[in-house]
Formats: sequence, structure tokens, C-alpha cells
Amino acid sequence: MSHKHIFARAAVIAALLLIRSTIADVLPDNRADVFYSKYSGGGMDITGYSATARAKITENFAVEANYFVDKISGASIDVLSQASTIKDERKQKSGTLEYLHDKTTYTASYISSVERDYISETASFSLSQSMFGDLTTLTLGFADTHNTVGENNGTADAPNVAWVGHALSRAYSGGLSQIITKNFIAGVNVQVITDAGYLANPYRSIRYLVSTDVNPKGYALASQVYPDTHTSTAVQVQAKYYLPYRAAVTALYRYYTDTWGVVGNTYELDYTHPIRDKWIFEGRVRYYKQSAASFYSDLFPFADSQNFTARDQNLAALDNTTIGAKVTYAFLPDGWRIFKRGTVTADVSRIRFNYLDFRNIKDFGLPQYEPGDEPLYQFSATVYQLYLSMYF
Amino acid sequence: MLSTSTLLKRCAIAAIVLASTAFAASGDASGPAPAFTLTNLSGQPSGLSAYKGQVVMVNFWATWCGPCQQEMPLLDQMYKKYKPAGFTLIGINVDKEAPAVKELLTRKPVSFPVLLDPANQVSKAYHVDEMPSSVIIDRKGQIRYIHRGYKPGDENDYQDRIRQLIRE
Amino acid sequence: MRPRPILLIATLSGALLLCSACSIQPWVKPYERDRLADPIMAWDRDAISNAYMDHIRESREGSRGATGGAGGGCGCN
Repeated sequence: MSHKHIFARAAVIAALLLIRSTIADVLPDNRADVFYSKYSGGGMDITGYSATARAKITENFAVEANYFVDKISGASIDVLSQASTIKDERKQKSGTLEYLHDKTTYTASYISSVERDYISETASFSLSQSMFGDLTTLTLGFADTHNTVGENNGTADAPNVAWVGHALSRAYSGGLSQIITKNFIAGVNVQVITDAGYLANPYRSIRYLVSTDVNPKGYALASQVYPDTHTSTAVQVQAKYYLPYRAAVTALYRYYTDTWGVVGNTYELDYTHPIRDKWIFEGRVRYYKQSAASFYSDLFPFADSQNFTARDQNLAALDNTTIGAKVTYAFLPDGWRIFKRGTVTADVSRIRFNYLDFRNIKDFGLPQYEPGDEPLYQFSATVYQLYLSMYF
Repeated sequence: MLSTSTLLKRCAIAAIVLASTAFAASGDASGPAPAFTLTNLSGQPSGLSAYKGQVVMVNFWATWCGPCQQEMPLLDQMYKKYKPAGFTLIGINVDKEAPAVKELLTRKPVSFPVLLDPANQVSKAYHVDEMPSSVIIDRKGQIRYIHRGYKPGDENDYQDRIRQLIRE
Repeated sequence: MRPRPILLIATLSGALLLCSACSIQPWVKPYERDRLADPIMAWDRDAISNAYMDHIRESREGSRGATGGAGGGCGCN
């Protein structure tokens, strides 16, 4: 249950990506996609299915609709006191309108994500302007999100959800993309997000030291206390270069900082290698490192030791490394009926998570480990994706 | 919070307004059409001089350009229709490599002459600043109209101009 | 901290407004965009997959935002 909230919030914000990926001057081709994904790791299994379709109503106006279902099951590391198994389903629907006028593309989008104990809705608007002989593209956008947070006090099979709070989020984004040479394009994105309201995950708790007389584990649990505001700024710089034998290499770096004291650095390198017009192979490596939030601690010295307290693993000091590979095969060389092109893609990523100040207290404790000496948590996850894209 | 969103909205509007004044739209043009000689897919040379006295439309296109592909069948129809009246359409392909062009034209053939400009000399001479571009040249070899880009319905524009120049 | 990134966006937009009035000639001509138009040079060749991977990361990391890319391509029309 603990991962889910963050899932929903992230999915909604992540969907904003779809808004930003515009190539101005011509609206993208009509297409339909079916997508299957599986995340397996950290005791969780998440299967996702989605269907997307986009079509041009006129040369200047297009619509896109997407339906996504996530099914979650497993036993998460940080479910400390409640029933350890989680089983839930999240349904997300989104609709997007795109309008192209001369060199400007306007996009409006609405996303709704619903699960038993979390509802998230986002409305967003962006515009993308092509300038200077189509060498420069400026994108500006903003999005408003409303989240309703609940807590399931029952079990996975017999739920009893109590709604505990709301959160509002506003995101401002700006992006600038510049063609530097006929082989080289670079860009920079900035995004500022402000949230207010109930921002914690109700299923996570903090722990603080107590004597073993009070609790045989040596620690007691308490609710997290989060600030009711949060503002973050992220800046990403990226570049793509075309190699003379027909391949592309992409590099990106993102710097993240927020009012909670988290500083995150992301580094990614991708290599794309096509073979004629039939196959595209892609390999990627990503490294992410973050510092902990200022009010985060794996083990507090006593109850109410700080105004704000958190033990959510997302706010811990951590790093992760991803290695991924993707293969795309174009299976309709001459088209078929109304379809001009069809591709099928398989993608596998392996992520190694390494926590620097979050301990595995689910599997380890007294008498072998004193509170605060349990092994640091580490786990690996594999993400599989399989999708079919038909262009018409 | 109100001021930042207002600021961003104002920037966005101003950016669009000013940036949109910086690019060229289709319109009347003038000046002599630069002469050129290029080879076709079979390797035979040809050029503008071969069509002296006719109304010529020079269309710059590429295999990687979506709108170019969209207008090709319509250009073909137009060519067949007005050829008897003294009109020619020359397709100048700007691809760097010929195999993709050959492959495309085998799948979707056209009846008008297609010449290859991989070194982009002719594109430069005609100051091509949009893909696709169509340059309409009168019987005296003067450029009369440049159409930039292609959106469905533009072929009516082409036909109007061609008819006008044929009558001259 | 809040005003600074907004100022950055505002400054960028402002600089571009001034520049567009100077009408800089593009140094990569429209007929030289063949490589940039190649699908392997698209920022979001698989937008749904990219959105999904970002969703996976944001669920497990403290960072969010500024992902994605625009521009490039054939620049046609």
C-alpha cells in the first residue's frame, strides 16, 4: 500500500511529459499503442496495461486518449505494523487536445487516477513555439493537481478506507531546445512544483528509540509529521548527437533541489543503433544519487524529537543505478490496410537501489542487530515493457 | 503565486507574438530563376533550360519530410493536368543519399521529372528556407511565387497561380 | 528559492523575444535536417514508455520534474 500513493502522484506528473514532447510545425502521425509492463522488485509486483490512441481531426487539431491500469501485489519493506500483503488496482484515464497554428502548438490535457485510497486529478496546459528558422523551440507549461489521500484501515481483501486529507500541486515548466549543428541538438528544461496540504504517505511511520522493557524491538513507531508545503526545482540539460554511421548518443544531467532539503543528481547516457529501417537497438545507463530530507531519520532518539519527522524511504539518502536495453522491430514494411507502419518493442531495465540511511528493519532486528545497526536496505528490481505501436 | 503565473503567461504571449513575426510566409517573389543542371535517378542530366518558354514549378522535397510526401500525389495530378498547356513540374530531391529516394519512387511513382541535389547547391541558390518549398517560374524564366510548406488545400493555391501564368 | 527559477524562465523568454526581432538566419538549413528528422534523433521516440519509466522513478526517488524534450525533427511547414 505504501508505494501506491507515490505512484499515483508520480504518474500524474509524469504524464505531463506527453505534453512536452512536441515537434512543432507538423502534428505527429495518427497512432494507436497497446502497452504492457511489469515491475518486479523490493517484494512488489506491479503489472500495468495501457491503450493509447491519437488522431488528427483536422491538419491542425489532434486528440489523444489513454487508459492505464496498474495492478499491485506484494509485501513492501516498510509496511511495519499492518498486514504485510498489498493488493490493489489503479485506473488512470487521460485526454489531450493539441492545436497547431503556424509555428505554435497549444496542448491541453486532463488526467484522472483512481485507486481505492488515492484519487489524483490534473489539468494542464502548455504551448510550444518554434523559432529562428525552426532551430529553437520554446515550451512553457503549467499544471494543477488535486489529490485526495486516504488510508485503508482494513485489509487488502476487506478494505475500510478513511479519507485523511487533500493536497494541491502547481507545476510551472519551461523548456528550450536548440539545434546546434545538423548532427547535434541540445536542450534545457526547468520545472518548479509547489505542493500544499497533506503531503505524507499515511502508511509509513517513523521509529524512535525506547528501552526493550517498553518494546522488545528496542524502538516504537509513531506517525510521520510532514510540513504542509513543499516547493521543488529541477533543471535538466540534455544533448543528442548523431554519429556518422547512423546512430545516436544522448546524455542528460538533472539537478533537483527542494525546500525539504533533498538534493538529487541524475546522470544518464543512451545509445541508439538502428539497422536499416527494420531494427532499432537502444542501451541506457542511469545513475541517481540523492541526499536525505532535512527532517528524515531512520531512527529518532525519542518521541517528538523534531517538529517534522519522516522515515519514508523516498526521502532517505540513496543512490540507484539502472541498466536497460530496448529493441524495436518494424514489422510492416509496406503498411497494411489503413496502417502505414507498425512497430513492436521489448524493453528490459535492471535497477539496483542502495539506501545510505534507511535500514531493513522488516527482516533484521534484535537480538542480532541493535536498533540503528540493522543492515542498510538494498534491493534490485527488473522492469519489463512490451508494446505495439500502429501508425495510420 | 499569482504574480509568477501572470509573469509566465505574459512571457508566453509576448514570445509567440514576436517570434511569429520572424518567419516568412508564402508570397509573391521576383527575380530571375537561377539556372541549374542536375542528374535524375538514371544519371541523365537535366536542368531548367530544358523547359524554356514553359511555366515551371520547382518543388524541393525530401524522403524524410512528411508534408512533402503528402503533396506528391497532388503535384503529380497537377502535372498531368497542365502539361499539355505548357507547364512542367520539376521535383528537386535534397536527400544526401539516392537509395532511399529510389525506394520511395518505386513504391510511389510520379510522372514528373525528379532531379537530385545531394550537395544542396540548387537549394542554396533558391534560398530554400522551408521544407517543402515550391517556386513557380513564368515563361520568361522569372520567379513569380514561392510557396513555403504544405497543408492540405494548398494545391488549390498552386493551381490558381499556374493557370494565371499559363494565360500570360 | 521560489522566485529564482521563474526569473530564469522569464529571462530566457525575454532574451528570445529580443533575438527574434534581430531575425537571425538559421545556420542549419531546412534541407539539411535529414539527420535531425531521423526517428533515432527524436527526444521522445517512445513517449508512453518514457512516461512510464519516469513514473517508476518518481515513486521511489525524492526527485521529480524537468524530464522530456521538444524540438528537433524535420522542421517542415
